[in-house]
Amino acid sequence: MKNKLFEKYFVFSPYFWLVLFFFIPLAIIFKISISVSEWGMPPYQDIFLFDNGFKINTTFENYIYIFSDYYYIGSFVNSLFLALISTFFCLLIGFPLAFYIATSNVRLRNILLVLVVIPFWSSFLLRVYAWKIILQNNGILNVILLNLGITSEPLQLLYNQYAVIMGIVYTYLPLMILPLYGYLNKFDLNLIEASKDLGLNRFKTFFKVILPLSVPGIVAGSLLVFIPVVGEFIIPEMLGGSDRLYYGKILWEEFFVNRNWPGASALAFSGIIILVLPIVIFQILYSRWSQKNEI
Amino acid sequence: MKSSLFKSIVIFLGLFFLYFPILVLIFYSFNENKRVMVWKGFSLRWYNELFNNEQIIEAFIISIKIAALSATFATILGVMIGYSLVRIRKIPFKSFYIFLSSTPLVLPELILGLSMLLFFISLNNVIGFPSSRGQLTIFISHVTFCIAFVAIIIQARLTDFNKNIEEAAMDLGYNYTKVLYKITLPIILPSIIAGWLLAFTISLDDLVVASFTTGPGANTLPIVVFSKVRLGLSPEVNALSAILMFALIIIGLFYFYFNKKFKH
Repeated sequence: MKNKLFEKYFVFSPYFWLVLFFFIPLAIIFKISISVSEWGMPPYQDIFLFDNGFKINTTFENYIYIFSDYYYIGSFVNSLFLALISTFFCLLIGFPLAFYIATSNVRLRNILLVLVVIPFWSSFLLRVYAWKIILQNNGILNVILLNLGITSEPLQLLYNQYAVIMGIVYTYLPLMILPLYGYLNKFDLNLIEASKDLGLNRFKTFFKVILPLSVPGIVAGSLLVFIPVVGEFIIPEMLGGSDRLYYGKILWEEFFVNRNWPGASALAFSGIIILVLPIVIFQILYSRWSQKNEI
Repeated sequence: MKSSLFKSIVIFLGLFFLYFPILVLIFYSFNENKRVMVWKGFSLRWYNELFNNEQIIEAFIISIKIAALSATFATILGVMIGYSLVRIRKIPFKSFYIFLSSTPLVLPELILGLSMLLFFISLNNVIGFPSSRGQLTIFISHVTFCIAFVAIIIQARLTDFNKNIEEAAMDLGYNYTKVLYKITLPIILPSIIAGWLLAFTISLDDLVVASFTTGPGANTLPIVVFSKVRLGLSPEVNALSAILMFALIIIGLFYFYFNKKFKH
């Protein structure tokens, strides 16, 4: 009998915390996103009115407002595009690294793995700040380019979308390498030898043997990079310019600058529906599919 | 032979890419000049100024306090979730439980921060608490999103765990609670410590959620640093970076030590 009490304690303490401080806040975002906005504090009307009998006072105006304005839709598209490109470059750099680490001998492998992940432990904000120093007009990269004669005057490397991509690829790279390594580590290296023995050249070995077997790692790593990048706020704010607006920045300004709480909530909730939900569903379906096919 | 040279080059370039920016930051922290980018000579001037900067020191203390407290709470709750998911069969609305404990991992910080802020404001309207936002509200938010990270580590550890040891202890007359406190928890202790270290670092590093839930007297270190470098460069932040990077990397090494302990 005592065991039951103890189990309940274990299950329900975190349950209680997460319902109160995670689920209810999400519900509140939804509630405010369908509230009628007005001037005042708080800047929205209650959704239940009791003055002349009971009345439900909701609206979809905030969503219509967002989805009829290119300013908001454009920022969604920009963010998705940014996440796609950054994920691609993380994969491009991360795959060979993960592959060669996984094929090193055991001792070297562990050292390399720790070396790859350690930067991820140092402060995120400061690693982005480091790129601000490197990409300055009189920064180290421009000095190198000038000395090599590639350019005759300093290039404006900072405050544009390329600097943002650079910063993202740099900070998120370990998140791509880790799951890739996890899967590549599992597979039998003899397969590569076997495929070579059977007459496949390197190119074919890569596309017919190595790549198909690393699909689960590629999917896992890509999701780990893609999802947070879509909502990324700090990197575009530090390294980006006004050439592109992203979802994170728009949401931030809608709340803090425009003080449009229902609008910001509608943006946040649309973000959950458009960006997060499909990925969660995909992940569930994918894990079921890969279990079935025993990858 | 040719391919092993190519391999070494790839690994070298990869590591260079990862460490170069950190080294640049440390290098410039020793620059005497107030204008960060113009080298004037080696000096510890900015380290000195950093230690006399009350705003940064105060923010540092607040951040450490919040990080230590929220890591501790998140670890306790995260261990409970990890244990429940692996060992306890009857969890009411189990998929909802899994949803609650894993979604904070995939939700953009910005949405999490906004939802927490609106929650605290609404709560204040209903029950008059918390009357203002500050360290307490940051603490609650950090616990909420750190729980998931600890839960994953513990879940992975318990799935690997040899259940026979627990059953043997039961056969020898230990009751359920005693098995947990005398057998299970001590064995997974390295993972619990690893989880705590991860939660501590995440909390210490968080800017977005803290910016939403902060209030008077609760400027954490990332908030202060961000305000200093958002528009330009700051030699004091360079010095701070060098110290902080070093400290965090040490914490990272400890994390690896504890987390790897159970893997052969």
